[in-house]
Amino acid sequence: MSDKLTQAKPDDKLCCDIIEINNVDKWYGDFHALNNINLNIKEGEIIVICGPSGSGKSTLIRCINFLEQFQKGEIIVDGTVLTDDVKKIRQVRSEVSMVFQHFNLFPHLSIIDNLTLAPIWVHNHNKQESREKALSLLDRVGIKDQAEKYPNQLSGGQQQRVAIARALCTSPKIMLFDEPTSALDPEMISEVLDVMVELAKEGITMVCVTHEMGFARKVADRIIFMDEGQIIEENNPEDFFKNPESDRLKLFLDQILSQ
Amino acid sequence: MAVYELKNKENPPISEIGAFKWLHENLFSSLFNTVLTLFGIYLLYLIIPPLADWLYFGAEFGDVSNDQCTRDAACWTYVAKKINLFIYGFYPEEHYWRIHTTFLLGFVFGFIPKLFKQSTHKFKLIAALFIAYPIISFYLLYGGIGLEVVETHKWGGLTLTVVVAAVGIVASFPIGIMLALGRQSKMKVMRFFSIIYIEFIRGVPLITILFMASVVLPLFFTEGFDVDKLLRALIGITLFQAAYIAEVIRGGLQAIPKGQYEAADAMGLSFYQKTSLIILPQALKISIPNIVGSFISLFKDTTLVLIIGLFDMLAIVGLSTSDVNWLGRETEGYVFVTLVMWVILYSMSRYSKVLEVRYSTEHQKV
Repeated sequence: MSDKLTQAKPDDKLCCDIIEINNVDKWYGDFHALNNINLNIKEGEIIVICGPSGSGKSTLIRCINFLEQFQKGEIIVDGTVLTDDVKKIRQVRSEVSMVFQHFNLFPHLSIIDNLTLAPIWVHNHNKQESREKALSLLDRVGIKDQAEKYPNQLSGGQQQRVAIARALCTSPKIMLFDEPTSALDPEMISEVLDVMVELAKEGITMVCVTHEMGFARKVADRIIFMDEGQIIEENNPEDFFKNPESDRLKLFLDQILSQ
Repeated sequence: MAVYELKNKENPPISEIGAFKWLHENLFSSLFNTVLTLFGIYLLYLIIPPLADWLYFGAEFGDVSNDQCTRDAACWTYVAKKINLFIYGFYPEEHYWRIHTTFLLGFVFGFIPKLFKQSTHKFKLIAALFIAYPIISFYLLYGGIGLEVVETHKWGGLTLTVVVAAVGIVASFPIGIMLALGRQSKMKVMRFFSIIYIEFIRGVPLITILFMASVVLPLFFTEGFDVDKLLRALIGITLFQAAYIAEVIRGGLQAIPKGQYEAADAMGLSFYQKTSLIILPQALKISIPNIVGSFISLFKDTTLVLIIGLFDMLAIVGLSTSDVNWLGRETEGYVFVTLVMWVILYSMSRYSKVLEVRYSTEHQKV
């Protein structure tokens, strides 16, 4: 199965790959969390990763910014090979932003301070400019008037939009989304997805772990299905939903779409 | 399907409002509680009148000698006569202004930052004051260039109590933070030494440490080289307190959700940025009540410096009872110490509450 995928990889486009994941294996103790993962992502591509819980999809995208260490294989992000060299990790992390399931805003900082933290401390940007940029980003996600509030004063949907604005504030090349809508009340999911759809139109590279199949169908260039730490199937959205090949994907789609 | 009209609102029954409700809920909610309440009132009846009589109504406030003073109630004349000793110890009277200036400066320095708005300059200002104050205080209290030296063995009373407590609090805090971070560290050697230190100190009474500092430590010094007795006590107390503060702050660190670390990491913050900007501010905030609690017990523990021959307020009151002119007046002295201690400690406790409220709006429970 994985051989077939490796061959399917278009070699002629290697020049444009911004993320290369080669033969990556990861174990949590005895548990084989990622099993020989190969995945190349081109600049500007929108990737959606889905699969049942425990399939390793979160683990995979958390390997891309080295929040998780892997034991075998290599990951190259924008030309930087990820090793446990702290400088290289920080280099990668300064170009890759992440949006978390539980937002992970800093509760002791105001919204605006949450946004300007990384620009000021990691990228050494001017304070005033960072502030202006932060405000324009907050405007874009529709919560400019909340800039001086604290995270716990906002609703879940607003908090997640702040988290997206915070992730954008450093002008990252790549955005990672780790189940960004899973912790939200149903009526708040669409306000976050709308922001993500807008973002997808702008040509930023996005890797999203999500169960929102409507979103996947609408914006994804490629959808990847994972199970038991392996990539089982990948395809463009149309064929992914219409012509699933593996039985496991068929079962998964049945379950998730019948809801 | 049915549609209902809105009904008019009615006043609540008498049992649900006002003093009646309060009395019923708090004092007479059941037979047992009624009995307890009545018993409590009886106890107060037994205690309060004689106490008020001893403390105030029958007490002597005038300028009289011990023999003329009443034996049935408090003789506050004694406290008034000894008040300088209680507060300043054996510090020379003509230099009292130095102590006053030191404490006044403490309040002024504490107030200055409040005049400025939040900015990086404010942080620098606080840091500068924080470093300058101990140096200025030491110069004022001890002396040196241009000021007559007052040896530390002359320090005593409330002054000494406050100096020991303040130095212990200020010096142990950063050490405690470092120990707490060390104990949480991924570096095995750091963690090992932090744990050893904390567990060793926590397993030993403060008295032992003070004894070590005052009796055992000098054995290691060569003849003629001696470290000041007060300084030794301060080091002992600081090292002792640091271990406790470390454990309190570790509790705060462990309460920070993993997501906070991950978000900081994912941004590319360095370890020091992550620790100082994200983790510590939140951990310290959570720990405020316990940190202040720990400082309150440190303040009480300062009374132990007596055993190495320093005369803090409690010790100096004990000493003054052997004055032949004022025999038999221990009670008044100790009541006075209790009152002063209570005022200081209760203020600390209230201040902790103020801090908690000030920062609570920002805290989120995840």
